Amino acid sequence: MKKIKIKVNGKIKTVLNNSKLSDLLKNLNIPLNKVAIELNQEIIDKKKTRNINLKKDDKIEIVHFIGGG
Amino acid sequence: MEEDSLKKDKLIIAKKKFDSRLIVGTGKYKSMSECAKAIKFSGAEIVTVAVRRVNISNKNKPLLMDYIDPKKITYLPNTAGCFNSKDALRTLRLAREIGGWKLIKLEVLGDKTNLFPDMIETLKTTEVLAKEGFKVMVYCNDDPLMAKRLENSGADAIMPLAAPIGSGLGILNKINIQIIRKQTKLPVIIDAGLGQASDATIAMELGCDGVLVNTAIAKAKKPFEMALAFKNAVLAGRQSYNSGRISKTLMGNPSSPIEGII
Repeated sequence: MKKIKIKVNGKIKTVLNNSKLSDLLKNLNIPLNKVAIELNQEIIDKKKTRNINLKKDDKIEIVHFIGGG
Repeated sequence: MEEDSLKKDKLIIAKKKFDSRLIVGTGKYKSMSECAKAIKFSGAEIVTVAVRRVNISNKNKPLLMDYIDPKKITYLPNTAGCFNSKDALRTLRLAREIGGWKLIKLEVLGDKTNLFPDMIETLKTTEVLAKEGFKVMVYCNDDPLMAKRLENSGADAIMPLAAPIGSGLGILNKINIQIIRKQTKLPVIIDAGLGQASDATIAMELGCDGVLVNTAIAKAKKPFEMALAFKNAVLAGRQSYNSGRISKTLMGNPSSPIEGII
Protein backbone atom coordinates (compact mmCIF):
# COMPACT_ATOMS: atom_id res chain seq x y z
CA MET A 1 0.00 0.00 0.00
CA LYS A 2 1.15 3.49 -0.88
CA LYS A 3 2.27 5.68 1.99
CA ILE A 4 1.40 9.38 2.25
CA LYS A 5 2.53 12.28 4.39
CA ILE A 6 0.02 14.26 6.42
CA LYS A 7 0.35 16.89 9.14
CA VAL A 8 -1.08 16.31 12.60
CA ASN A 9 -0.89 19.28 14.98
CA GLY A 10 1.89 20.73 12.86
CA LYS A 11 3.97 17.53 12.82
CA ILE A 12 4.54 15.39 9.73
CA LYS A 13 3.19 11.85 10.00
CA THR A 14 3.38 9.01 7.51
CA VAL A 15 0.26 6.92 7.12
CA LEU A 16 -1.17 4.54 4.53
CA ASN A 17 -3.03 6.20 1.68
CA ASN A 18 -6.79 6.11 2.24
CA SER A 19 -6.41 4.88 5.83
CA LYS A 20 -9.21 6.03 8.09
CA LEU A 21 -9.09 9.07 10.35
CA SER A 22 -10.56 6.91 13.12
CA ASP A 23 -7.53 4.58 12.95
CA LEU A 24 -5.12 7.48 13.23
CA LEU A 25 -6.97 8.81 16.30
CA LYS A 26 -6.94 5.36 17.84
CA ASN A 27 -3.20 5.00 17.27
CA LEU A 28 -2.57 8.37 18.87
CA ASN A 29 -4.67 7.37 21.88
CA ILE A 30 -6.97 10.38 21.52
CA PRO A 31 -9.92 10.48 23.97
CA LEU A 32 -12.65 11.58 21.55
CA ASN A 33 -14.95 12.95 24.24
CA LYS A 34 -12.31 15.48 25.31
CA VAL A 35 -11.15 16.86 21.98
CA ALA A 36 -12.27 18.63 18.82
CA ILE A 37 -10.86 17.78 15.40
CA GLU A 38 -10.28 19.83 12.29
CA LEU A 39 -9.46 18.40 8.87
CA ASN A 40 -8.08 21.05 6.50
CA GLN A 41 -9.65 23.80 8.63
CA GLU A 42 -13.09 22.16 8.69
CA ILE A 43 -14.47 20.84 11.95
CA ILE A 44 -15.14 17.11 11.80
CA ASP A 45 -18.15 15.39 13.34
CA LYS A 46 -16.44 13.11 15.86
CA LYS A 47 -19.01 10.38 15.22
CA LYS A 48 -18.06 10.19 11.58
CA THR A 49 -14.28 9.72 11.72
CA ARG A 50 -14.66 6.20 10.31
CA ASN A 51 -16.08 7.60 7.10
CA ILE A 52 -13.07 9.83 6.46
CA ASN A 53 -10.13 8.53 4.42
CA LEU A 54 -6.85 10.36 4.74
CA LYS A 55 -5.29 11.92 1.65
CA LYS A 56 -1.82 13.26 0.87
CA ASP A 57 -1.05 16.61 2.56
CA ASP A 58 -4.14 16.53 4.78
CA LYS A 59 -3.79 18.86 7.74
CA ILE A 60 -5.34 17.65 10.98
CA GLU A 61 -5.66 19.63 14.17
CA ILE A 62 -6.64 17.93 17.41
CA VAL A 63 -7.33 20.35 20.27
CA HIS A 64 -8.42 20.13 23.89
CA PHE A 65 -8.79 22.36 26.92
CA ILE A 66 -5.76 23.38 28.92
CA GLY A 67 -5.21 25.84 31.75
CA GLY A 68 -5.72 29.44 30.71
CA GLY A 69 -6.83 32.81 32.02
CA MET B 1 -35.18 38.62 56.12
CA GLU B 2 -31.74 40.04 55.41
CA GLU B 3 -30.11 36.62 55.65
CA ASP B 4 -32.48 35.22 53.03
CA SER B 5 -31.76 38.03 50.60
CA LEU B 6 -28.07 37.13 50.75
CA LYS B 7 -28.81 33.54 49.77
CA LYS B 8 -31.05 34.64 46.92
CA ASP B 9 -28.39 36.99 45.57
CA LYS B 10 -27.25 34.96 42.56
CA LEU B 11 -25.02 35.81 39.65
CA ILE B 12 -27.06 35.28 36.48
CA ILE B 13 -25.29 34.94 33.14
CA ALA B 14 -27.29 34.03 30.04
CA LYS B 15 -30.12 32.82 32.31
CA LYS B 16 -27.79 30.46 34.21
CA LYS B 17 -27.55 31.01 37.97
CA PHE B 18 -24.36 30.85 40.02
CA ASP B 19 -23.82 31.24 43.75
CA SER B 20 -20.21 32.37 43.46
CA ARG B 21 -19.35 35.71 41.91
CA LEU B 22 -15.70 34.81 41.60
CA ILE B 23 -14.54 33.32 38.31
CA VAL B 24 -10.98 32.03 38.21
CA GLY B 25 -8.54 31.33 35.43
CA THR B 26 -6.70 28.03 35.24
CA GLY B 27 -3.43 29.27 33.73
CA LYS B 28 0.02 29.86 35.24
CA TYR B 29 -0.24 27.22 38.01
CA LYS B 30 2.73 24.99 38.82
CA SER B 31 0.64 21.88 38.26
CA MET B 32 -2.88 20.80 37.47
CA SER B 33 -3.37 19.52 40.99
CA GLU B 34 -2.34 22.91 42.42
CA CYS B 35 -4.81 24.56 40.06
CA ALA B 36 -7.63 22.21 41.07
CA LYS B 37 -6.95 22.81 44.75
CA ALA B 38 -6.88 26.59 44.32
CA ILE B 39 -10.26 26.43 42.55
CA LYS B 40 -11.67 24.56 45.55
CA PHE B 41 -10.41 27.22 47.94
CA SER B 42 -11.79 30.00 45.74
CA GLY B 43 -15.27 28.48 45.70
CA ALA B 44 -15.49 29.40 42.00
CA GLU B 45 -18.16 27.66 39.92
CA ILE B 46 -16.85 28.96 36.60
CA VAL B 47 -13.26 28.59 35.36
CA THR B 48 -11.72 29.88 32.16
CA VAL B 49 -9.86 27.41 29.96
CA ALA B 50 -7.81 27.74 26.79
CA VAL B 51 -8.04 25.69 23.59
CA ARG B 52 -4.71 24.27 22.45
CA ARG B 53 -3.24 21.42 20.44
CA VAL B 54 -3.17 17.98 22.06
CA ASN B 55 0.42 16.85 22.66
CA ILE B 56 0.52 13.89 20.29
CA SER B 57 4.08 12.87 21.10
CA ASN B 58 3.33 12.34 24.79
CA LYS B 59 0.22 10.21 24.93
CA ASN B 60 0.13 9.95 28.70
CA LYS B 61 0.20 13.66 29.46
CA PRO B 62 -2.48 14.44 32.07
CA LEU B 63 -5.57 16.30 30.85
CA LEU B 64 -7.22 19.26 32.56
CA MET B 65 -10.54 17.43 32.54
CA ASP B 66 -9.00 14.68 34.67
CA TYR B 67 -8.39 17.25 37.42
CA ILE B 68 -11.33 19.63 37.04
CA ASP B 69 -14.61 17.86 36.37
CA PRO B 70 -16.58 19.84 33.76
CA LYS B 71 -19.78 18.34 35.16
CA LYS B 72 -19.16 20.07 38.50
CA ILE B 73 -17.36 23.24 37.39
CA THR B 74 -18.53 25.29 34.40
CA TYR B 75 -15.78 25.52 31.82
CA LEU B 76 -15.60 28.90 30.15
CA PRO B 77 -13.52 28.45 26.98
CA ASN B 78 -11.61 31.59 26.06
CA THR B 79 -9.76 32.87 23.04
CA ALA B 80 -6.58 33.92 24.82
CA GLY B 81 -3.79 34.38 22.31
CA CYS B 82 -6.11 35.38 19.46
CA PHE B 83 -5.31 38.66 17.73
CA ASN B 84 -8.04 38.68 15.11
CA SER B 85 -11.65 37.71 14.56
CA LYS B 86 -10.86 34.73 12.33
CA ASP B 87 -8.68 33.00 14.92
CA ALA B 88 -11.13 33.73 17.73
CA LEU B 89 -14.05 32.28 15.77
CA ARG B 90 -12.05 29.18 14.83
CA THR B 91 -11.03 28.65 18.46
CA LEU B 92 -14.55 28.99 19.84
CA ARG B 93 -16.17 26.81 17.20
CA LEU B 94 -13.65 24.13 18.15
CA ALA B 95 -14.35 24.70 21.85
CA ARG B 96 -18.05 24.17 21.25
CA GLU B 97 -17.26 20.96 19.39
CA ILE B 98 -15.29 19.53 22.31
CA GLY B 99 -18.41 19.14 24.37
CA GLY B 100 -21.21 21.49 23.48
CA TRP B 101 -19.95 24.59 25.27
CA LYS B 102 -21.96 27.64 24.31
CA LEU B 103 -21.04 29.96 27.17
CA ILE B 104 -17.69 31.35 26.15
CA LYS B 105 -15.32 34.22 26.84
CA LEU B 106 -14.26 36.27 23.85
CA GLU B 107 -10.94 38.02 24.05
CA VAL B 108 -9.32 39.51 20.94
CA LEU B 109 -6.06 41.22 21.77
CA GLY B 110 -4.59 44.09 19.82
CA ASP B 111 -1.09 44.51 21.19
CA LYS B 112 1.41 41.90 22.32
CA THR B 113 3.01 44.02 25.04
CA ASN B 114 0.12 45.77 26.78
CA LEU B 115 -2.44 43.06 25.87
CA PHE B 116 -5.21 45.61 25.45
CA PRO B 117 -8.23 44.31 23.53
CA ASP B 118 -8.76 45.16 19.88
CA MET B 119 -12.30 46.47 20.24
CA ILE B 120 -13.04 46.68 16.51
CA GLU B 121 -12.27 42.97 16.02
CA THR B 122 -14.01 42.18 19.31
CA LEU B 123 -17.25 43.90 18.27
CA LYS B 124 -17.27 42.18 14.89
CA THR B 125 -16.68 38.78 16.47
CA THR B 126 -19.32 39.27 19.17
CA GLU B 127 -21.94 39.85 16.50
CA VAL B 128 -21.04 36.67 14.60
CA LEU B 129 -20.90 34.55 17.76
CA ALA B 130 -24.26 35.80 19.02
CA LYS B 131 -25.82 34.92 15.65
CA GLU B 132 -24.33 31.42 15.88
CA GLY B 133 -26.02 30.89 19.23
CA PHE B 134 -23.03 31.37 21.50
CA LYS B 135 -23.49 33.01 24.89
CA VAL B 136 -20.71 35.57 24.73
CA MET B 137 -18.91 37.06 27.69
CA VAL B 138 -16.69 39.76 26.28
CA TYR B 139 -13.34 41.02 27.52
CA CYS B 140 -13.20 44.72 26.75
CA ASN B 141 -11.71 48.07 27.54
CA ASP B 142 -13.08 50.16 30.40
CA ASP B 143 -14.80 52.31 27.77
CA PRO B 144 -18.54 52.91 28.35
CA LEU B 145 -19.22 53.55 24.66
CA MET B 146 -17.63 50.29 23.57
CA ALA B 147 -19.43 48.45 26.37
CA LYS B 148 -22.74 49.79 25.06
CA ARG B 149 -21.88 48.73 21.53
CA LEU B 150 -21.06 45.23 22.78
CA GLU B 151 -24.45 45.05 24.45
CA ASN B 152 -26.10 46.09 21.18
CA SER B 153 -24.07 43.44 19.33
CA GLY B 154 -25.55 40.63 21.42
CA ALA B 155 -23.08 40.15 24.27
CA ASP B 156 -24.29 38.27 27.36
CA ALA B 157 -21.81 39.77 29.81
CA ILE B 158 -19.47 42.76 29.71
CA MET B 159 -15.99 42.10 31.06
CA PRO B 160 -14.06 45.35 31.31
CA LEU B 161 -10.43 45.20 32.33
CA ALA B 162 -9.32 46.66 35.64
CA ALA B 163 -5.80 47.10 34.23
CA PRO B 164 -3.61 45.25 31.69
CA ILE B 165 -3.77 41.43 31.93
CA GLY B 166 -1.44 40.06 34.59
CA SER B 167 -0.33 43.55 35.70
CA GLY B 168 -1.73 43.40 39.24
CA LEU B 169 -2.44 47.15 39.18
CA GLY B 170 -6.02 46.94 40.42
CA ILE B 171 -8.92 49.04 39.09
CA LEU B 172 -7.48 52.04 37.30
CA ASN B 173 -10.67 53.80 36.27
CA LYS B 174 -13.39 53.38 38.86
CA ILE B 175 -15.60 56.05 37.34
CA ASN B 176 -15.73 54.33 33.94
CA ILE B 177 -16.52 51.01 35.58
CA GLN B 178 -19.39 52.64 37.47
CA ILE B 179 -20.72 54.22 34.28
CA ILE B 180 -20.53 50.87 32.48
CA ARG B 181 -22.38 49.22 35.37
CA LYS B 182 -25.04 51.89 35.48
CA GLN B 183 -25.85 51.95 31.77
CA THR B 184 -26.22 48.22 31.09
CA LYS B 185 -28.68 45.50 32.02
CA LEU B 186 -26.00 42.85 31.42
CA PRO B 187 -23.78 41.42 34.13
CA VAL B 188 -20.51 43.34 34.43
CA ILE B 189 -17.54 41.25 35.43
CA ILE B 190 -14.17 42.82 36.08
CA ASP B 191 -11.60 40.89 34.10
CA ALA B 192 -7.84 41.21 34.27
CA GLY B 193 -5.39 43.31 36.21
CA LEU B 194 -6.38 42.65 39.82
CA GLY B 195 -3.46 42.23 42.21
CA GLN B 196 -4.83 41.55 45.66
CA ALA B 197 -8.06 40.60 47.40
CA SER B 198 -9.06 44.17 48.24
CA ASP B 199 -9.14 44.98 44.51
CA ALA B 200 -11.96 42.45 44.20
CA THR B 201 -13.82 44.05 47.10
CA ILE B 202 -13.59 47.44 45.39
CA ALA B 203 -14.91 45.94 42.14
CA MET B 204 -17.90 44.51 43.95
CA GLU B 205 -18.50 47.75 45.88
CA LEU B 206 -18.61 49.62 42.58
CA GLY B 207 -21.58 47.42 41.76
CA CYS B 208 -19.92 44.89 39.51
CA ASP B 209 -21.59 41.49 39.33
CA GLY B 210 -18.42 39.45 39.56
CA VAL B 211 -14.67 39.35 39.06
CA LEU B 212 -12.36 37.11 37.08
CA VAL B 213 -8.95 36.45 38.60
CA ASN B 214 -6.07 34.32 37.41
CA THR B 215 -2.54 35.63 37.90
CA ALA B 216 -3.18 37.25 41.30
CA ILE B 217 -4.07 33.81 42.69
CA ALA B 218 -1.87 31.53 40.59
CA LYS B 219 1.29 33.57 41.09
CA ALA B 220 0.77 34.50 44.76
CA LYS B 221 3.37 32.97 47.10
CA LYS B 222 0.53 31.01 48.69
CA PRO B 223 -2.06 30.43 45.97
CA PHE B 224 -4.52 28.52 48.17
CA GLU B 225 -4.64 31.24 50.81
CA MET B 226 -4.95 33.91 48.13
CA ALA B 227 -7.81 31.96 46.54
CA LEU B 228 -9.60 31.96 49.88
CA ALA B 229 -8.81 35.66 50.38
CA PHE B 230 -10.40 36.48 47.00
CA LYS B 231 -13.44 34.38 47.86
CA ASN B 232 -13.97 36.33 51.07
CA ALA B 233 -13.16 39.65 49.43
CA VAL B 234 -15.81 39.15 46.74
CA LEU B 235 -18.39 38.21 49.38
CA ALA B 236 -17.46 41.20 51.55
CA GLY B 237 -17.64 43.59 48.62
CA ARG B 238 -20.99 42.29 47.45
CA GLN B 239 -22.48 42.44 50.95
CA SER B 240 -21.13 45.94 51.39
CA TYR B 241 -22.64 47.02 48.06
CA ASN B 242 -26.02 45.47 48.87
CA SER B 243 -26.06 47.04 52.32
CA GLY B 244 -26.19 50.59 50.98
CA ARG B 245 -23.22 52.60 52.13
CA ILE B 246 -23.50 55.92 53.99
CA SER B 247 -22.99 59.12 52.06
CA LYS B 248 -19.67 60.91 52.25
CA THR B 249 -19.45 64.20 54.16
CA LEU B 250 -16.65 66.71 54.37
CA MET B 251 -16.90 67.32 58.12
CA GLY B 252 -17.06 64.95 61.09
CA ASN B 253 -20.29 63.55 62.48
CA PRO B 254 -20.09 62.18 66.05
CA SER B 255 -21.07 58.56 66.59
CA SER B 256 -22.24 59.17 70.18
CA PRO B 257 -25.31 61.35 70.95
CA ILE B 258 -24.70 64.98 71.90
CA GLU B 259 -27.73 64.94 74.22
CA GLY B 260 -27.03 64.15 77.87
CA ILE B 261 -23.36 65.16 77.77
CA ILE B 262 -22.20 65.91 81.32
